Order: sequence, then structure tokens, then C-alpha cells
Amino acid sequence: MTEAATALKTTPLHALHVELGARMVPFAGYDMPVQYPLGILKEHQHTREKAGLFDVSHMGQVRLTGDDPAAALETLVPGDIKGLAQGRMRYTLFLNEQGGILDDLMVTNAGDHLFLVVNAACKEQDVAHLREKLAGKAEVELLDDLALMALQGPMAAEVMARFVPEAATMKFMSYLSATFKGVPVILTRSGYTGEDGYEISCDKADGEMIARALLAESEVEAIGLGARDSLRLEAGLCLYGHDIDTTTTPVEGALEWTLPKRRRAEGGFPGYDIIHRQLTEGATRRRVGIQPEGRQPAREHTEIQDANGTRIGEITSGGFGPTAGAPVAMGYVDIANSAVGTPLTLMVRGKPLPARVAATPFVPQRYYRG
Amino acid sequence: MSKKFTKDHEWVQVDGDVATVGVTDFAQSQLGDVVFVELPEAGRVLEQGKEAAVVESVKAASDVYAPVSGTVVEANQALVDDPSMVNSAAETDGWFFRIQLKDASELDGLMDESAYKAFVEESH
Repeated sequence: MTEAATALKTTPLHALHVELGARMVPFAGYDMPVQYPLGILKEHQHTREKAGLFDVSHMGQVRLTGDDPAAALETLVPGDIKGLAQGRMRYTLFLNEQGGILDDLMVTNAGDHLFLVVNAACKEQDVAHLREKLAGKAEVELLDDLALMALQGPMAAEVMARFVPEAATMKFMSYLSATFKGVPVILTRSGYTGEDGYEISCDKADGEMIARALLAESEVEAIGLGARDSLRLEAGLCLYGHDIDTTTTPVEGALEWTLPKRRRAEGGFPGYDIIHRQLTEGATRRRVGIQPEGRQPAREHTEIQDANGTRIGEITSGGFGPTAGAPVAMGYVDIANSAVGTPLTLMVRGKPLPARVAATPFVPQRYYRG
Repeated sequence: MSKKFTKDHEWVQVDGDVATVGVTDFAQSQLGDVVFVELPEAGRVLEQGKEAAVVESVKAASDVYAPVSGTVVEANQALVDDPSMVNSAAETDGWFFRIQLKDASELDGLMDESAYKAFVEESH
């Protein structure tokens, strides 16, 4: 152990990761499992074929209460929060005054409060942002006494139903307060792999019991951050700090689907003027899927050129997609070269690698819509 | 002749004046699942310690350096077709390329198997 490693925070499942033989790495200030003995490739495939269990306890879980927390939160995000029915959740973005993305998050209407899940690396600043901007309008509580896991894959529903029968009929992006082997849990039918599945929030003291119970099922393997990254990349999902950040707007990030009609018309969120103008006149660049030819992966920061050899952007996420059976990537290109099928050149280790703008997701999403 | 090893985790096995080169089993275990290799073409002149090949795993890209100087006589096409052989047979069928030795005395500076084992244990 190096000195840096001893300063890292740990999740409630840390001892279990070590016991399972995980290779631990620093991630967002936490000592996290990047892979288990199965290896990233097989962990990825197992999740697509059966079910994988992920520890995502490093992410921030936040409770928002007040007279009208939905109205308050709408002043910071462009999503339709007021229109979110009880028991439903949606993906949205914290924006800055330039329309740049401060973080991406999930918001659930839990009845008497809003339940937010934010990125680990952003959680302290998100909470500070919420407390500053919503002072007097909402109470903000960082729930750091909780664990969070994700059970993902085509057999996730069958496995979960053995413990929580009513989980089987939950629809994608819905919420359920339930009991798992006698302890309270919050389930959402969500995740970040492109597969059906659940996120499970529980008291940190119950996390290991729940993880062991799920891992004891024959369909379930423990999956590390390495496969989590290749799964979300194949699913076309953004990784904050890479594919989107404070310098990219939702329009440039191809996230217009997070901007509902009412909010586009009414505004009332940070960066509205810029975003409204980009929606009307178009942005100068856009996040696209990129399919390199051949088998060589093109990694983050790889330069993208157009057919004339002019630099038009760079890769923001790239690697090998085990299910796609090919390298997959995403990145930003100028708007003139953003149509699906446009030929691109990627400068990989100083050599030109032919590629094309590709539709995302690279593998079909399989969410349960009931 | 028995295998020799470098600090960059390549192995080299000499037969006459031709050396077969690959990455060690320890290296493949650190790389993780290999999905792509780029090997030097026959005729390319390599210099000891300089870039010779590229190996990419699901995690990252890594350079493979020439353990000895010389001229490439053959690359392992089977490895290009099935890069996972780096994981399954790093020190046998998963060899990278064969090279005509320029200066056999360069081998003297490499580690034997027991020295390499000690090096791996010490540094990891």
C-alpha cells in the first residue's frame, strides 16, 4: 500500500471486494474494484448475458426536502421535475450560467422528498451548489450513511424477484420502497449499462449482507469499474468529466432529449439563453458515436481529423466493446462532420486510422418498459 | 538456450542467431484481456530498448520494446488474428516476432528466469 492509497475513502463493501480478489484502484477519492479475477472482458460479457453486481456506493445520494423541492430544483436543471410523477425518476443535468454541465444526475420523486444520485467526484460540490442556490427553498442532505449497488443484466429481474417479488413488475425509471431479507431498501429500475436492472440503496450496515445474498445466486458475478465503463460506452451513455463537462452544453453533448418542451419554452434554468440559441440556430460541434475500422481501439484524447486532414475534434471515450466485438468510441466533431456515416480519420499513436460517425448505442438497450 | 527477460517484461529465446520475442506471463496478467496487437513487419530494423510493437488490452495501450537489436524476420500472424493468445499463451504460442540478432552480446545484459522472478516480486 502506498501512502496515497491509505488516504483513500472506502465503501461499505470494501472488505468484500478484497475478499473476492478484486484489483483495487483509486477512483474519485475511493479505493474501488477495477476488476475481479474474472477480468474485464468476461465481466462485461457476463453482465450482458446474465447479471452483474456493481458497488456504486461512492456515488452521492442526496435527499431534497422543502415546500416545493421540485420547483426549487428546476432552477438548477433543465429537466421536467415538476411533472415527475411520484415513484418515477429521470436523468437530468446541473448547468452553469454558460450552459455548461456541472454534473449529470438521476432525480426520483419519492413522495415526501426528491432523491438524487450524483457522481462521486462531484458530490461535495453538488451539495454545496444545492445548498447555496436553494437556501431558504429546500433542505439538502447528503446521505453518506447509505450503500448503493447496481444489479444489471437480462437475468437481474429474475434474481431480484427471489428477494423482492414486487420488483418484477417495476417499470424502467421507477422507484420502490421495499424489504430485502428483512431490511429496508430503495429500489429503482435503472442503471448505466444499457441493460435491464436495478439500483439498490440501503443502510451501509446492510450492504454486505445484500451483496453476498445476490452474489450467492448462480447468475450473478461481481463486476468492477473496468467493465462498467465498457458497458456504458457500448450503451452510448456519457461519462461525466470525459464526454460531458463544464465546457459542453446539453445541445453540444447531443442530450437534447433532456430538454423537454415546457422547459425549452419557459426557461428558468442556468444557461438558458445560450441553450435556447443553440437549439434554434444549432451548435458548432456535437458529440457523436465513432466506429473505428479494424480492431485497434482509439482512446480518450485521440485527435479526430476530417477527410482533408484538418483537426475537427477529439475522442472523449474510447475502447474495445466486447459485445460489439469491435472498438467503439465517442467524441466531439464540428457540426459539418457530425452526420452518421461521415468518414473520419483518427490519429492513433501518430498513425491515421479510418473511422466513421456511428449511431449510438453500439449495442441495443434492453430496458424493461412493462 | 533458456529464456532471457527484460525489465519491461519482454522475454527473448535465442535459437542460433534468431531470437523469438514476446511479453511475459506477468505482463499479460497486468495488461488484462488483450484485444489488439500491432507487430513489426519483416525487414524492419529494431534497436534494443526502442518501440517494436503495440499491445492493447480492454484497459489501455502499451508499447513492447525490442529486447535486442536486429532485423525482424517474422511476425506472429496468428496473434494478430487472435490477440487473446497473449493472455492464454504469453510465453509459448503467443510470441510476437522473430528477429535476426545484430549483437549477441546484448543478451548478457538481460535477466535469467530466477533474476526476473526476483525482479517482479521486488517491484510489485
